[in-house]
Amino acid sequence: MASLTVTDEQVGATPAKVIQPAWVRIMHWVNALAMILMILSGWQIYNASPLFGFTFPREYTLGGWLGGGLLWHFAAMWLLMINGLAYLVTGLATGRFRKKLLPITASGVLHDVRAALTFKLGHDDLTVYNYVQRLLYAGIIVVGVLIVLSGLAIWKPVQLYYLVMLFGDYPAARYVHFFCMAAICAFLVIHVLLALLVPKSLRAMIIGR
Amino acid sequence: MAKRSFLIPGVDKRLLIKDSLKAMPDVTRRRFIAGGASLGALTLLTGCDVIDSSSAETMLAKVSKFNDAVQAWMFNPDALAPTFPESAITKPFPFNAYYDLDDAPDIDGKDWKLEVRGLVDNKKSWTLDELYQLPQVTQITRHICVEGWSAIGSWTGTPMRDFLKLIGADTRAKYVWFQCADKDGYNSPLDMRSALHPQTQMTFKYANEILPRAYGFPMKIRVPTKLGFKNPKYVVSMEVTNDYKGGYWEDQGYNSFSGS
Repeated sequence: MASLTVTDEQVGATPAKVIQPAWVRIMHWVNALAMILMILSGWQIYNASPLFGFTFPREYTLGGWLGGGLLWHFAAMWLLMINGLAYLVTGLATGRFRKKLLPITASGVLHDVRAALTFKLGHDDLTVYNYVQRLLYAGIIVVGVLIVLSGLAIWKPVQLYYLVMLFGDYPAARYVHFFCMAAICAFLVIHVLLALLVPKSLRAMIIGR
Repeated sequence: MAKRSFLIPGVDKRLLIKDSLKAMPDVTRRRFIAGGASLGALTLLTGCDVIDSSSAETMLAKVSKFNDAVQAWMFNPDALAPTFPESAITKPFPFNAYYDLDDAPDIDGKDWKLEVRGLVDNKKSWTLDELYQLPQVTQITRHICVEGWSAIGSWTGTPMRDFLKLIGADTRAKYVWFQCADKDGYNSPLDMRSALHPQTQMTFKYANEILPRAYGFPMKIRVPTKLGFKNPKYVVSMEVTNDYKGGYWEDQGYNSFSGS
């Protein structure tokens, strides 16, 4: 131990230490905006040629018609890709992913799922993610990478043919893109619900503390 | 410069387009900001005034132009679209247009001529018999629609780059602009590099049979490196040009490059 003295700054920081650094908060909200734009315009595009026996209600689509939906989708795409790439690079470089999301063990996940279902899962320390959070956050990062790759594959199936091959063929890439969207929507519902149940986590994502 | 030869002099082009848009099945075309929920979400999240839809449309058009440039940069003239065995052909290959099959042009092949205009040495018009004499190749490729569906078909015809060479086209020009016989005057610009792509074809046959009316008799331009709407059917003229003359769907907001 080099020094036993404590600075005023450290004392002041103890009761309200930074849980979410600024870069996480900025990228989180930029991502939230980009995702919503992508989902709503994506639903507009889906409606032009549905994969399944349903379409999305008009009120929840963006763009007015297919051409408008495509314009929104291919505009918000840049926001999503650049922000997402910056997030991945920063998360890996700073070691945040490793510190916050690993390890993920089966027994840990089982334990925390049981605790959550019986309302015994504590949220006293927001700096440590429980195993359910770890699994969800790590999983949604993987889904995020997949939805971008499958999206690029169906956007440029000739130029990026190796991406199409990764998913099998063009129609398969479309289904992957759809199911990734569905996974993100399911995540969004759970994520928002949990944030509302634990409001201080929402506060931390806005002001950092 | 007259953009549309079929325009009546003195008619307000914008009003005409407005009127024709009204007749379209989806009256909200060009209203890119429709949808109350999305509008509310946008306003809340960005704090921007997105109610002013014209400024949002301007922004989207600018990004779309940027995306044109990115796609042109990504375009590899040597990258070939995947080809398929005959067993993979979609049966029946769908008819697809912004009108019903009954409204598709019914062209008499004997009267039809392909008009060749613009930056070419030989501006002669071509009869169908003359075109049929040109060397032809068959390719089985996937047609990908802007809507997301796709279908595999067998197309036979003359590579566009061979024809461009034959007519002495200035291949440094930016576009080959096609005009078609579809109702409401379909037309579409094709960037020169895509026109010169080895698989871009002046198609005369589908599944080894004379191109049926449904797929664009007498001539369709098959561009496997583009979305379906950039594959003009019922072609009546082609013009080699440096001017961007717009297109039927492009003018309504579809991304002009729309490469695949």
